[in-house]
Amino acid sequence: MGEVIVITSGKGGVGKTTTTANVGTGLSMLNKKVVLVDTDIGLRNLDVVLGLENRIVYNLVDIVEGNCKLKQAMIKNKDNDNLYLIAAAQQRDKTSVTPEQMKKLTQELKAEFDYVIIDCPAGIEQGFKNAIAGADRAIIVTTPEVSAVRDADRIIGLLEADEMKQTQLVVNRLRPDMVKRGDMMSADDVVDVLRVDLLGIVPDDEDVVVATNRGEPLVGDSKSLAGQAYMNVCRRITGEQVPFLDLEAKKGLFGTIASVFKKK
Amino acid sequence: MKLSDIFKKKNSGDVAKDRLKMVLVSDRSSCSPEIMDRIKNDIIEVLSKYAEIDQDGLDIKITEMETDDKGTKSVPALYANIPIRNMHHTAK
Repeated sequence: MGEVIVITSGKGGVGKTTTTANVGTGLSMLNKKVVLVDTDIGLRNLDVVLGLENRIVYNLVDIVEGNCKLKQAMIKNKDNDNLYLIAAAQQRDKTSVTPEQMKKLTQELKAEFDYVIIDCPAGIEQGFKNAIAGADRAIIVTTPEVSAVRDADRIIGLLEADEMKQTQLVVNRLRPDMVKRGDMMSADDVVDVLRVDLLGIVPDDEDVVVATNRGEPLVGDSKSLAGQAYMNVCRRITGEQVPFLDLEAKKGLFGTIASVFKKK
Repeated sequence: MKLSDIFKKKNSGDVAKDRLKMVLVSDRSSCSPEIMDRIKNDIIEVLSKYAEIDQDGLDIKITEMETDDKGTKSVPALYANIPIRNMHHTAK
């Protein structure tokens, strides 16, 4: 029996979909059987981040309305047999699916997959309620900004009220250079305020934009810090103990080089 | 511009954390800054009957208090630190 993990944040634009794509892809690279479910009905994007936008025939709403079999709506990933996507409907809205239907669907999926990863829409309304309905655990994505952390706190409260068994945090788009000079909250600051377990720190990285442009998740790219950070998140999800990347040290090296040039 | 000088000395990251803590206190307790201000003024009014209070040094906030030993459950608690300059002995 697999596990259902919802990836949520409250605030939009902090990297839920990017995190979902990278965590899903990373887990499949670790030989886990994974299905990703986009619950952002009406504003779907997980398909483009994964580069699967041209392969969608049936979607989440088709499944719950019985227009197709579950298998028909599962889109196999390009070069990974362990990874599937169930896309959201684009021409419908969040009320097209109920939390009960999501519970039933995730129950079916976790009988067959090691991990069922749910990409949650922004907000705390119906889309959020659908996304968390069948989840065993939650990953909160936030950036080190007042607005994003405030919304994350609200989501943590709602998940507690819903009796979510495990809630962990990913601090996304951290700028170690800004943290170092005191102009950005550190991951420790965010954890201190939110009081949840830290699952990962993903540095702000241009490679994420490039990877998203191409529709190929970055995870596992050893040349990219964000790619390494995402793979570490995946390994921690499977229960492995992985130390946090030393982002400061890397930046320190670049910082030293940069400061040498600046002096001249 | 004394006020802006004070803010300049503090890192913006620390300012962010402090502002965040404040906003979360009212979010979590569903108690607005206006209500906090009214509570503060009422406390000053009542206590002033019995003592001279250092109003600038008064610190009042809603924090969280653990209700069990494990520290897993917490409830909001009103924390007030009220410096007294002088007790009014006539109030006895």
